[in-house]
Amino acid sequence: MVCRSAKLSNSVGAIGAVSACVLGLVGLLSAAHHPESAVISIPWLLWHGSLSVAVDSLGALFLFAVFVLSALAAVYGLEYLRHYYGKKNIGSAWFFFNALVAGMVAVLVARNAILFLVAWEAMSVSSFFLVLFEGEKKNVAKAGLIYLIATHIGTLFLLVMFALLSAGSGSFDFTAWKAAAPGFMPSLIFLCALIGFGTKAGFMPLHIWLPEAHPAAPSHVSAIMSGVMIKTGIYGLLRVITFLGVPCAWWGYLLIGIGIVSGILGVLFALAQHDFKRLLAYHSIENIGIIAMGIGLGVLGMSNNNSLLMVFGLSAGLLHVVNHAFFKGLLFLGAGAVLHTTGTREIDALGGLFKKMPVTGFCFLIGAAAICGLPPLNGFISEFLIYFASFKSMNAATAVVIVSLGVVASLALIGGLAVACFTKVFGIIFLGEPRSAHCQKAHEPGLFMRFAMEFLACACVFIGLASPFLISIFSGIVVDITGAAPADIEPVISAAIHPLLYVSVVALSLYAVSLLIALLRRFLLGGRPVERSVTWDCGYARPHARMQYSASSFAQPIVDFFKGILRTQKHAPKISEYFPDSSSFKTETADLFSETLFRPALGFIHRIAEKLTWIQHGQLQVYILYILFTLIALFIWKLR
Amino acid sequence: MILEKILQVIVVLAFSPFLFGVINRTKAFFAGRKGSPLLQLYYDLFKLLRKGAVYSKTTTWIFVAGPIVSLAAVIAASLMIPFAGYPALISFEGDLVLLIYLLGLARFFTVIAALDTGSSFEGMGASREVQFAVFSEPALFLSLAALARLTGHVSLSGIFSSTAMNSWIAYGPLVLLLAGALFIVFLAENCRIPVDDPNTHLELTMIHEVMVLDHGGPDFAYILFGAAIKFWILGALLTGIFFGTYSRGWAIDGVVFITGMIFLAIIVGVAESILARLRLLKIPHFLMSAFALSVVALLLTLGQL
Repeated sequence: MVCRSAKLSNSVGAIGAVSACVLGLVGLLSAAHHPESAVISIPWLLWHGSLSVAVDSLGALFLFAVFVLSALAAVYGLEYLRHYYGKKNIGSAWFFFNALVAGMVAVLVARNAILFLVAWEAMSVSSFFLVLFEGEKKNVAKAGLIYLIATHIGTLFLLVMFALLSAGSGSFDFTAWKAAAPGFMPSLIFLCALIGFGTKAGFMPLHIWLPEAHPAAPSHVSAIMSGVMIKTGIYGLLRVITFLGVPCAWWGYLLIGIGIVSGILGVLFALAQHDFKRLLAYHSIENIGIIAMGIGLGVLGMSNNNSLLMVFGLSAGLLHVVNHAFFKGLLFLGAGAVLHTTGTREIDALGGLFKKMPVTGFCFLIGAAAICGLPPLNGFISEFLIYFASFKSMNAATAVVIVSLGVVASLALIGGLAVACFTKVFGIIFLGEPRSAHCQKAHEPGLFMRFAMEFLACACVFIGLASPFLISIFSGIVVDITGAAPADIEPVISAAIHPLLYVSVVALSLYAVSLLIALLRRFLLGGRPVERSVTWDCGYARPHARMQYSASSFAQPIVDFFKGILRTQKHAPKISEYFPDSSSFKTETADLFSETLFRPALGFIHRIAEKLTWIQHGQLQVYILYILFTLIALFIWKLR
Repeated sequence: MILEKILQVIVVLAFSPFLFGVINRTKAFFAGRKGSPLLQLYYDLFKLLRKGAVYSKTTTWIFVAGPIVSLAAVIAASLMIPFAGYPALISFEGDLVLLIYLLGLARFFTVIAALDTGSSFEGMGASREVQFAVFSEPALFLSLAALARLTGHVSLSGIFSSTAMNSWIAYGPLVLLLAGALFIVFLAENCRIPVDDPNTHLELTMIHEVMVLDHGGPDFAYILFGAAIKFWILGALLTGIFFGTYSRGWAIDGVVFITGMIFLAIIVGVAESILARLRLLKIPHFLMSAFALSVVALLLTLGQL
C-alpha cells in the first residue's frame, strides 16, 4: 500500500482481496474433506493460552459467506473506486478493505479469547475507517463517531464476558473452557454476549449505529458490512452458546422477543425512509431480527429437548445468514450502481432507471423479491423453515405454542411490510418516468460491477431451487453448536427434505408455467396490432413526471397507521392565501430508540460527567500522580 | 388417483370464472335487473385473448411480466388447494406457507406492473393494495395456524381432509370464528365490497381495478383469469371448513363442494348488494377484526386441546 498511484493501488488492492478470498474458499473445501487438518495451535508469548485457530462447520459457513461476498465486493470496488481517482486515497481504502476482510476471517477462526478480541478490534476499526471514506462530509463524520462509540461499548461487554468465561479454567483458550455449572453464571455470560455481540449484529435497541454507518460507507463496503460483518455478531453469540452447556429456556424467549421487535420495527422504519441506502440498512436490522427468531427457536428447542425446534430453528437462522449476505449484498451493490451514476440517494429524485440500466434493475428486482421472502428465491427457503418449525410445534407445550404463534404472526406481518417497502424502492427508483435531472446521467455500470451483481442474483435463484440438496449441510453445524449426536440430528433434518423438494417442484413449475403463458401471449399477439401510446391519465392535457406517485406518498398510509411508533415529523408551511405560489413538504423519521432512549440516557451521563470536571483540569503532573496512586493501590491490593 | 388429482386442477381452472357470473346474477337479482349471462367472464376472456394490445411509452417489460408472473403464481398455488376434502395434486407439510407466499408473489408483480406506468392513479391503487395486505396476511396465517392446531396437520390437504362435518359441529364456536376471519380476508384479498368495489367507475376510489387500468388484450385476460383462480383458492379454504369429505365417492363430494362454492358466490353477491363500501381509512380496522377473530379462535384451541 506504499504506492502513490491510485490506479495501481486500486488494482493491487482488489486483486489481493480476490485472490485471498479464492484461496480461502479452496482452503474451506479442503478443510471440509480433512477436518482434522483444520486446526493450528502454536504456543504464544502471551500468557494463559496459545495462538490457536481452527475451522469447524459453524465457522466454515460464515467463512463461506465472507469469502464469496468479499471477493465479489472487491471486483465491484475495482470499478466503483475509479470514480474517486485523484479525490481520495485509494490505497488506504483498499488497505482497510483488506484489513476488514482479514479481521472477519480471523474472528471466525480464532480459538483464543485474546486473538478473538484483537481480530474483533481490527475488524471494527478498519470498518470505521472505511465508513469515514468520505469523512469530510459532516454527517459521515458523525456516523463514524457513533459507530466507533457503539462498537466499543459492545467490545466492553465482550471483555467482561471473556473474563467471566476464562475465570473457571484460567486459560484464554476456547478448548480449555468447560460448561459452567448451571446457575447464575451462564445467564450472566449469555447476557454479556447478547449485549456485546448484539451491538455488532444490530439487535434493537442496540442498532442505532447501523442506519448511520452503513449508508455512509462506499457501497461495496456497505454490502460487506451489512452482508457479513454484522453476522460476526450472530457467530459470536452461537459460539458462546456452545460454551455454556444446556441453555435456559428464557434465553430462547428473549432472543425470539428481540427478533420480533427488531424484525417488525426494522422494516417499519425502513418503510419510512427516503434515502435508499439508509432504508437498506434498516432492512438489515429486520433480517437480523428474522435470524434471531430462528436462533431463538433453536435455543428454546435445545433447552426443552425438542429436537425439531432445535434443528429447524438453528438451520433456518443460519441459512438466513447466508441468504441475507447474498441478497443484501446484491441490493447494496445495486444501490451503489444507482448512486454511482445519478449522484443521489434520494428515492423521490429518481425514476425510470430500468430503461437506462436494465441489468442492474433486473438484479435489483431479484434481490428485492428475495428479501421479501418470495418464492422461488432463497429468502423464502429460510423463512419457510422458520414457519415449518413453528407450525410443527402447534401441539407442543402451551408456552411454546404461544411463542410459535407470535413468530408466525410477526413473520407474516414482516413479509407484508417488506413487500410494501420493496415495491416502493424498486417501483419508484426503476419504473415510471424520471423525476429529476439526476436520472439523465444514469447508465449501466461496467463489466466488473455488473459481474458482481449478476453472480449474486444467480446465487439467490440457485439456493431457491437447490435447497433440498443443501439442507443436509446444516446437520453438521447443528451438531457443532448443540453437541448432540449426529445420529439424532440427521433424521430430523431429513424430515425437511421432502417438503423442500416439493417447494422446488412448485418453483420449477412456476418458471415453466410463466414461460408457457409468455409464449402463449407472444403467439396470440403475433400478427396483431401492438401500439405504443401514453399512460392513461384521465384525459389530462399536460401530465408531468412530478405528478407521479412518490415514495413518500406510496408509503404514507402505512406510515400514518403506525404513527404511534414511527413519530414521523412533517414540515410544511401553513398555507393562508387563496392562491399560494410555492410551498414545500418534507417528512423525516428519526430513530425511535436514539430519540427516546439513548439521547436522554446519554444526556444524563453527560450531566453527571460535568460534575466531575474538577478532576480533569489539564495539569499533566497531577494526572501522573493519579496513575501513581492507582498503581500503589493496586500493589497493596495484590500483596495483601 | 393421480387422474382425479389432475382432474381437480382442471375443474378449478375451468370452473372458477363461472363464480363471477353467479355473483353478478345475484347482484342483478337484488337490483331488479336481468343481469349479464352466467358465462359472461368466459366471453370476456375469449374476446380479450383475440385482441391486440396498446402499451404506454413509459412502460418496460416489467409491465408485460406482471400479469404473466401473477397468473403463473396463482396457477401454481391452485395446485396445492384440496378439493372437496380430497388431497391436492401437490401436498406436503408446510404447503400453506408456500400458498400464501405465492399469492404474495402475484401481488408483488401486480404492484410493480402498476408502478411501471408512472400513473399516479395506479400508484395510489398499488399503495392501498400493499397496505391492506399487511393486515390480511397475518390474519390468514393465524387462521390457518388455528386449523393446523385443531386438526394436528401442517398441510392444507391434511387439514381439510380431517375437518369433516362432524368435527366442526364439535368445535362449533371455534369454526365460526375462523370462518368469520377467513371470510373477511377472502373479501379483502378478492377486492370485494366492503373493501373494494369491482364496479366502481372513478379511478380515485379504486384499488385493484386501478392497478390494471393500462392493461389490455391478452394481458388483461390473464389478469381476469388470475383473479378468478385466486377467488377460488381463498374461497376453497372457507368452503373446505364446511363441506368436507363424506367419502361418498369423488364425484358426489365434488358436486357438493362446487355447490358450496356457488353458495359462497351467492353470499358474496348478497353482501355486495346490501353493504356499502367502507371508508378507506376504516379498512385496516376491518382487517384487524379478522386478525382479532383468529386470535380468539386460537385462544379457544389452547383451551380445548
